[in-house]
Amino acid sequence: MGRTLAEKVWDDHVVRRAEGEPDLLYIDLHLLHEVTSPQAFDGLRLAGRKVRRTDLTIATEDHNTPTLDIDKPIADPVSRTQLETLRRNAEEFGVRIHSLGDVEQGVVHVVGPQLGLTQPGMTVVCGDSHTSTHGAFGALAFGIGTSQVEHVLATQTLPLAPFRTMAVTVEGELPEGVTAKDLILAVIARIGTGGGQGYVIEYRGSAVRSLSMEARMTVCNMSIEAGARAGMIAPDDTTFAYLQGRPHAPQGEDWDAAVAYWRTLATDDDAVFDHEVYIDAAELTPFVTWGTNPGQGAPLGASVPDPASFADPSERTAAENALAYMGLTPGTPLREVPVDAVFVGSCTNGRIEDLRAAADILRGRRIADGLRMLVVPGSVRVALQAVEEGLDKVFTAAGAEWRHAGCSMCLGMNPDQLAPGERCASTSNRNFEGRQGKGGRTHLVSPQVAAATAVLGRLAAPADLTDRISVEA
Amino acid sequence: MEKFTAHTGRAVPLRRSNVDTDQIIPAHWLKKVTRTGFEDGLFEAWRKDPEFVLNRPERQGASVLVAGPEFGTGSSREHAVWALQNYGFRAVVSSRFADIFRGNSLKNGLLTVILPQETVERLWELTEADPAAEVTVDLEAREVRAEGITAPFELDENARWRLLNGLDDISLTLRHEDGITDFEAGRPSFKPRTLPVA
Repeated sequence: MGRTLAEKVWDDHVVRRAEGEPDLLYIDLHLLHEVTSPQAFDGLRLAGRKVRRTDLTIATEDHNTPTLDIDKPIADPVSRTQLETLRRNAEEFGVRIHSLGDVEQGVVHVVGPQLGLTQPGMTVVCGDSHTSTHGAFGALAFGIGTSQVEHVLATQTLPLAPFRTMAVTVEGELPEGVTAKDLILAVIARIGTGGGQGYVIEYRGSAVRSLSMEARMTVCNMSIEAGARAGMIAPDDTTFAYLQGRPHAPQGEDWDAAVAYWRTLATDDDAVFDHEVYIDAAELTPFVTWGTNPGQGAPLGASVPDPASFADPSERTAAENALAYMGLTPGTPLREVPVDAVFVGSCTNGRIEDLRAAADILRGRRIADGLRMLVVPGSVRVALQAVEEGLDKVFTAAGAEWRHAGCSMCLGMNPDQLAPGERCASTSNRNFEGRQGKGGRTHLVSPQVAAATAVLGRLAAPADLTDRISVEA
Repeated sequence: MEKFTAHTGRAVPLRRSNVDTDQIIPAHWLKKVTRTGFEDGLFEAWRKDPEFVLNRPERQGASVLVAGPEFGTGSSREHAVWALQNYGFRAVVSSRFADIFRGNSLKNGLLTVILPQETVERLWELTEADPAAEVTVDLEAREVRAEGITAPFELDENARWRLLNGLDDISLTLRHEDGITDFEAGRPSFKPRTLPVA
């Protein structure tokens, strides 16, 4: 019987297989950041162990880094200590690090792909659940805990329980104004936050094939929000074109050998998935979340749901709690929900294409009075590219704040946070209670919806902007 | 890792689904560089409410958390497990756990037990009616026991063996170091390395 993409990558990395034990898998790339690594390095020190493969390991600073005044000492002493701890550990153990101020610094899941370190058929891990992002290249990539970080540092392997396979097939053409973010939010709403549990999802179908690498990363990024172990997309010419010429992409004969191998990875025609989900691309519309988990979403054209409409009692209670926290009334059209803040950025939507999409809508327009908008590029490279294209000026002319690269308001570990009760349209990945700041209320949206929302001051799609643009920027 | 064989303690019934790791331990606690000292951050936002179940005097000293489905969704932060352990929990019962959280818990000796939702409901009813009711989580017998309830649970044999013996994964893996070295010798040359490129 044929094998799926995920099974092929898994099989190619089995170091040891024994009856009654989890497979021991080799890890091709280990990404580190400051939050989930300090205790792992401590563990190594206590046991007198070294990093087995410093040449397959790379660190960047992202979760804690400020997005303002980056040339000054970090104000929060606890954040500063954590960043200094990573720098010390990287130096002591010989790990390459891109610190704040470095041109390669940025969100770990933006940095890996842009350096060309993420390639098809690899196993990629990081102490961060959004490691699933790298699956966009046909890599088997997943988030791990700190004990596993230590395990990979010490052994470059992980014992892993077997997974099941799920195909999410999206056929057809995405309608105008519908993005990868809308697609994945719709998938999560369909299968639920636990629907992917135990599965590696492979996204397939013509709508997925037609996505750019940036858009594919957005889709795979949020696989974890459906509870999946990982998300993957088979590598194709789009993947190869993105990779070719990047600093760590193979060159010459190695490139040819790599592409030949990568082409063998696609799921075999006779392979069988454990579970299949079909979605008609034509039915998708701009999607937003109304609740406090990423599965609580609806088309922008819908209204805030009535908890009584949920048959499952636990879903009903969850919806009641969510609406109470979100300060929403059942039946309110989502388009009438006023918004105080807009965040464009994160490992979900902080890449150059996302910034271009938001800038295209803001060009020649102003954000609504009293609304604040943060634009935080996913990496320094993304920021430089945006500046080269003049996008930073579009954002600032519209009244938005153009910030330095990092995770920023996606999780508010740095000073970029919502105030209690403040409502935000955010291109990030989690709308959990307090995620963007204590008492903050998050609606997950695409960069396009974020920009249109910023202009109108309420949840909106670009199609809702009926004004004439006053100035050609 | 601390061994886990069996544990008996009072329970905290947490009637909530989708308890994500941002609720278990908010991000600002993640700046700490130790594995200890997270107890005050556990469910920090909810604990501001004096009526929250963890704040009730009759729940002080309880060590078994009985939670709704999809417990531990979201971030990979192992701090969520440490926070539960630092607070004093030895076991968590739910009908469904998020994968990464579950993996993290078993690596730290926090036993996460999957029981059918109807059994979780019965445990909620029992421990809500009688806060002094004790719940036993017996890994050797693979069984949860409480008054009127005996519920078997599954856990793969390898994970169970590691927990029962408190074995450290890294030492176990390093027994096969030769196999790792052999595998490395066969890796294709086109695989990337993180060394700086000119």
